[in-house]
Amino acid sequence: MKREAISALRARRGFLRGVGRAAAVAAAAAAAGPASVVRQAAAKSAPGARQAAFPTPDYDWTQHRWAFGVDATKCIGCLRCVEACKRENNVPLTAHHFRTWVERYVYLEGEDHPRIDSQQDPVNIAASGSEREYRFANRYEGAKVEKAFFVPKLCNQCTHPACVQVCPVGATYKGADGVVLIDHQYCIGCRYCVQACPYGARFFNEEKGVSDKCTWCYHRITKGLQPACVEVCPVGARIFGDRNDRQSPISLFIRNNRVQVLKPETGNEPNVFYVGVDKAVL
Amino acid sequence: MEPLIHYAPYTGWVYPNETVIEWSIAIVVYPYITGLVAGAFTVSSLYQVFGFQRLKPVAHLALLTSLCFMIFVPLPLLLHLGHPERALNNLLTPHWTSAMAMFGYFATFYIVLLMIETWFAFRPFIVEQAQTRKGLPGAAYRLLTLGSYDVSEAVLRHDRKWIFWLAIAGIPGAHGLHGYVGFVFGSLKSREWWSSDLMPVVFLFSAIISGVALLIVIYVVSCWLRRIAIDLACLKGLAYTVWGFIMVALVLEGLEFANIVYKGREGVEMIIAYVNGPLLIPYFILQFAVGAILPLMWLSYMIWRGTTGKALVAGVTVSACLVLLSVFMMRWNVVIGGQEISKTGKGLLAYHLQFFGHEGLLVAILLLLAPVATLFGLTRFFPPWEDKAA
Repeated sequence: MKREAISALRARRGFLRGVGRAAAVAAAAAAAGPASVVRQAAAKSAPGARQAAFPTPDYDWTQHRWAFGVDATKCIGCLRCVEACKRENNVPLTAHHFRTWVERYVYLEGEDHPRIDSQQDPVNIAASGSEREYRFANRYEGAKVEKAFFVPKLCNQCTHPACVQVCPVGATYKGADGVVLIDHQYCIGCRYCVQACPYGARFFNEEKGVSDKCTWCYHRITKGLQPACVEVCPVGARIFGDRNDRQSPISLFIRNNRVQVLKPETGNEPNVFYVGVDKAVL
Repeated sequence: MEPLIHYAPYTGWVYPNETVIEWSIAIVVYPYITGLVAGAFTVSSLYQVFGFQRLKPVAHLALLTSLCFMIFVPLPLLLHLGHPERALNNLLTPHWTSAMAMFGYFATFYIVLLMIETWFAFRPFIVEQAQTRKGLPGAAYRLLTLGSYDVSEAVLRHDRKWIFWLAIAGIPGAHGLHGYVGFVFGSLKSREWWSSDLMPVVFLFSAIISGVALLIVIYVVSCWLRRIAIDLACLKGLAYTVWGFIMVALVLEGLEFANIVYKGREGVEMIIAYVNGPLLIPYFILQFAVGAILPLMWLSYMIWRGTTGKALVAGVTVSACLVLLSVFMMRWNVVIGGQEISKTGKGLLAYHLQFFGHEGLLVAILLLLAPVATLFGLTRFFPPWEDKAA
């Protein structure tokens, strides 16, 4: 994975050096518009670690291998994680844009397939009174429920991310620490990545004109903090940590449980590990 | 002012972020126009490379049609981008693993090729006009000669050689461009409706029939506008071309659908519910029955009966219009249809077509009319008609 990401970056930088030489000649004569494009492209060729704001000065992304765990047996569907994520990451407060969400699976007596909904369902929005507030409506009151559980979902930060594969300009990329990031200053807004993600984890931010998704709160984890959703979860259903540290919560979670990943048949190799989900979820 | 976000109503279970259908009618128009380019170029190549003499009356028209539509291919994409001003990033820092990254190079290569081939094809006419016309048009033609006024037989033979090789290079160029569009969809594993190895060839053959059908319509209308007789042998040649390729297109599309149903992978129940429900009219009726099988049978009947004269013109033209509709519906059913089937395999969404807005119906219609208007203007400057051109 690391090697792939680094070689891809190297190849791009090599290409950019060539372009840069040609651009240096062209830029002298170019008008302000084209020149700014060339500047942007040249800036893109600078190694990430040397960029002023990337992302925390003393953070070394080669020293970490982040992963995420979800213990669905613990989730109570309170949706505090969704709210925290929206606030922390400035996610549009609509029912159509989520970096993380929670799914509810309910098996009623006599039915083979679960009834599934999430906080964006109109019935749930009606119960909360606003699409800016999140609640699961008590819609199965009176029904005979055989089995029910909640499943938090988020970007899987795949080892082989389809979104990174299809991005035509390399605006979305996989860091050495395993997190898939998006350069909002470089994204052209084609939405190919939104289409390619098998998990529906990406959305398009209409106001910014770029794609967006969960980054495991990259601005927090690079400072030694937990992602906002993990921080607020009252029951410890969300687990986060560094797999390079064998005693980290996530290493213990993976080691001590029989974990599963979503849609393994895609070959994406997700890095969000699940416990306590059944076949309808995968 | 229409709202920024159009959420899609849904049934069943869909992921929350799916409730905005991101690829709109603009992305339907894009492969449609690209296909018309490839198809029109096929006709030009059938004459220039394969020597189909009966297509000579439309050979230059096909080239100009291809060029006019190709000029507008990037426009729907630019209208769709969240940051169109960053579109050049695609050329400056292409991400080689992305199918879409190749677009800029393919498109640029192909536009340049079309312009050079058009220049060679019209060079004798340009030289003649440069020597006889005065004023601004004369100056424009003189500029277009690029300083080369030699139209001796030896030089023209040399030109024809260039046209031949450019046409040969253009065949993989045009078809590669369109096959790649099919790959953009077919290579995605996120949607069962798209994820198919057959998608690039399905796109390619539907492109060929749409381009030839477009040429039939343009040729018939141009003859009518110019009040000249339609070359029936040429029209028949075009009809044979559509007839032959439509069978391949139908078989491929049928195979693709049969594969999805027969393999019956996860989510197939939703696909079957979808094609029997919301997609019944756009898919089975418009794309297959009215747009493909009806013209195929009609053309077969005319070929069998040896229909000629006005009945042939009417039959072929109506069949061509139906084929154009069919291919548009095919693009619609792929692009919009794919997004209406949820990635969960457990729900369906409904696309809401806007009328206004930069990705609305009005803009889509204008995008389809713009190349035709450009062609109308360009034929004044470079008459592709046999009686006037080189």
